[in-house]
Amino acid sequence: MSIIAKVTRREFMKKSALLGGGLVLACHVPLAGKLAIAGTDATFAPNAFLRIGADESVTIIVNKSEMGQGVYTSLPMLLAEELECDWRRIKVEPSPVSNEYNHTQFGPVMVTGGSTSVRSEWERFSRAGAAAREMLIAAAAESWGIDPSACRAENGYVTGPEGRKESFGKLASMAARLPVPENPPLKGGKKRRLLGKPVHRLDSPAKIDGKAIFGIDVYEPGMLTAVIERPPLFGAKVKSFDSVKTEALPGVRAVVSVQAGVAVLADSFWQAEKGRRALSITWDMRDGEKTSTEKLRGEYAELAGMPGIAARHDGDAPTALTMSDHRIEADYSVPYLAHATMEPLNCFVDLGKDRCLIKTGSQFQTLDRLAAAKELGMEPEQIIMETAFLGGGFGRRACTGHDFVLEAVQVAKAAGKPVKVVRTREDDIRSGYYRPMYCDHVSAALDKNGRPSAWRQTIAGQSIMTGTSMEKAMVREGIDHTSVEGAIDLPYNIPNVLVDLHTTKNNVPVLWWRSVGHSHTAFVVESFMDELAHISGNDPYEYRLSLLANRPRHSEVLKIAAARSGWGKPMPKGRGRGIALHESFGSFVAQVAEVSVDSGGNMKVDRMVAVIDCGKIVNPDTIAAQIESGIIFGLSAALHGEITLVDGRVQEGNFDTYPIVRMDESPVIEVHIAKSDAPPGGVGEPGVPPAAPAVANALFAATGARVRSLPITAEKIRRSISDRNSRA
Amino acid sequence: MITFNLNGRAQTVDIDPETPLLWALRDHLRLTGTKFGCGEGLCGACTVHIDGEARRSCITPLRDAAGKNVRTIEGVPSEHPVKQAWLAEEVSQCGYCQPGQIMSAVSLLEKTRNPTEREIDDAMSGNLCRCGTYGRIKKAVRSVAAETAKGGKKP
Ligand code: FES
Ligand code: FES
Repeated sequence: MSIIAKVTRREFMKKSALLGGGLVLACHVPLAGKLAIAGTDATFAPNAFLRIGADESVTIIVNKSEMGQGVYTSLPMLLAEELECDWRRIKVEPSPVSNEYNHTQFGPVMVTGGSTSVRSEWERFSRAGAAAREMLIAAAAESWGIDPSACRAENGYVTGPEGRKESFGKLASMAARLPVPENPPLKGGKKRRLLGKPVHRLDSPAKIDGKAIFGIDVYEPGMLTAVIERPPLFGAKVKSFDSVKTEALPGVRAVVSVQAGVAVLADSFWQAEKGRRALSITWDMRDGEKTSTEKLRGEYAELAGMPGIAARHDGDAPTALTMSDHRIEADYSVPYLAHATMEPLNCFVDLGKDRCLIKTGSQFQTLDRLAAAKELGMEPEQIIMETAFLGGGFGRRACTGHDFVLEAVQVAKAAGKPVKVVRTREDDIRSGYYRPMYCDHVSAALDKNGRPSAWRQTIAGQSIMTGTSMEKAMVREGIDHTSVEGAIDLPYNIPNVLVDLHTTKNNVPVLWWRSVGHSHTAFVVESFMDELAHISGNDPYEYRLSLLANRPRHSEVLKIAAARSGWGKPMPKGRGRGIALHESFGSFVAQVAEVSVDSGGNMKVDRMVAVIDCGKIVNPDTIAAQIESGIIFGLSAALHGEITLVDGRVQEGNFDTYPIVRMDESPVIEVHIAKSDAPPGGVGEPGVPPAAPAVANALFAATGARVRSLPITAEKIRRSISDRNSRA
Repeated sequence: MITFNLNGRAQTVDIDPETPLLWALRDHLRLTGTKFGCGEGLCGACTVHIDGEARRSCITPLRDAAGKNVRTIEGVPSEHPVKQAWLAEEVSQCGYCQPGQIMSAVSLLEKTRNPTEREIDDAMSGNLCRCGTYGRIKKAVRSVAAETAKGGKKP
């Protein structure tokens, strides 16, 4: 996502100072406020992100969705560091959808994505805490009749000379009457208590007790549960249906036809699901997408062999390639992928006459709400959208088509009942919004020293952003940035570089998938770089390093990864090490994979060593957890993930046909965080891209087999080994 | 009418006895800690104990629970060593799979005090985690086993 508008801190503080009680109440922040949101009843709410109660409670209102990335802990850490409150008293509350919670960089929308939460909120949450601290100090100083500079805040108290001490809770009502400071000072780095230290997640206790409420756990009085029978092809529609058998079943309350298909509403999920199985539907398949992935792969591969629209053009790669007497070429491909969040998509809607309540786990609240408003002919402000915990997001819950929200709105409207629409796993996997499939043709010219003098990567695949509300910002001159990111920013020092793109079209819905374009480009770039190293007789680590002069952060993580992994130490037969490096979302990650492969081509990933430079850090344990998570996510794509279409029908449906990595396949993972004072980078996504190429490169080191299409299956490994043997 | 013991208390449910136990727990008894992930016994999110055995409640008809002891995540106290180990190792990410993971781990450790790596893999590999918390789950299981071996609290 690009920067559309930036709200400055100054504007923010002004805005928060202006927030009157009316507006606050309208968006359901229980702030009892007048001037400067001065609270009544001794509640101190100096801005939209914080409330301090007379009971010493500290409530931090978080405007980012918690989907596992730890944002209900990291953003409170930023605020609490400045506030100097007692960390143990902190409670987190999800924010409502309202302008003061909009993203600081993505324009007027509340959204969680792009690994931006900490980066984009660092300043705002820090200032929010600092402002409150200054006001509490001022309140204490006033009551003691001394100068504020003689007082300080610490662990939930303001202290002053001669043993003066008062708690935040006691000072709250007084502080609430003071003006909000325009420019509260931030603490220096040395005095930090929380930032940079491993802090336990605030959401863990609720999660281990089964008390955390996810969207699927929403139960409201009078609510029905609905499941939707969906068309077998993308774009097909309901022609007619017979629901007589369904409606005769116990618990079934209504059957309605909506855009997504035929919805069965019942008292419980199981009754709805049984009702759905009894439906008989005739589909209008005329506009259905009937393509097959095999056919697409052929078309894409052909396109990738022809010139596309240039996305990066340094020097003259085509000429350098034609002139070269040492040219290397290869074809790569990656499949469609489903996000397969552990919690299947779901959404609760209660539609009233002039209001609508939506409860779900969304990463995309403002735009979902807008789409729902349009659908209902309401103003967005008439729709209250509450954010539950997300049982995984990975981009799927930031849906440019708003599918799981809109379908629930339509069902609620058609049935006139409060309803929770739940997808089965099969619905979830088959209903689209996949990471696009891509084919790449890459070529390089090597000079007499074996260094690349030219590099060309031609990409063919669908655009994620075309046709969405983000097209304007994300598609420029025919180039969707998400199709080429990670390729156009090739870090290696090569004089002639051309990255060109063919944007293909069909009706398979596509969407960002954890690490977006990088999930594709890193595999191609880092695998091919490995090929060049081996062909030129170089060590893949040394080769990369030699091409990274002037790239200190890339070089540093690469060096640490090599050192920590024991790079270069001999390995027994059938085992190998592979290295990969990739920058994404403002962070730099190097990974070394160790694999072992048996004679049947069965590969096991034994160990992954990862190094990240993500600049200034908040919670090192969360960073480690996110990199571990990214690696497993990347390995699922490397080893298993593939959505296949045959005549338009998605072949996969559940975890038997769309497997993800299990514990017994899960490697030992070591994460190292490089020391860095650079501005903060993302951590949710950057762990994903290097995993697949590191494994592919390790496979080559172990066996000489080069698998250029994901997933890397035993069959592909066997084929590659036998191809190699027959050539030898 | 099906009667069983749920987390130490007698419980009667008057619904279709073919209803999967998962949905009886969630939709009818509002114990929502037990999660729906696949509905086909493929992910472990719905794991509960029936007479001490870890079972996938999504493919267990309510009828099979009649007269038995059913234990869900809500029936394992917060102070339980397995839950405490989960906190200490900071296992949870999105958290959706974790009730199922914990129920599988509790069952494993109740039967096998000091499981081998292989036994941990065997007992836990049916529980998927899309957030990839496997390394931490393993550490947490090992730490409980090590505590028990030292003569600490029994799981
Ligand atoms: S929901 Fe029961 S095993 Fe997945
Ligand atoms: S913690 Fe998210 S699925 Fe396991």
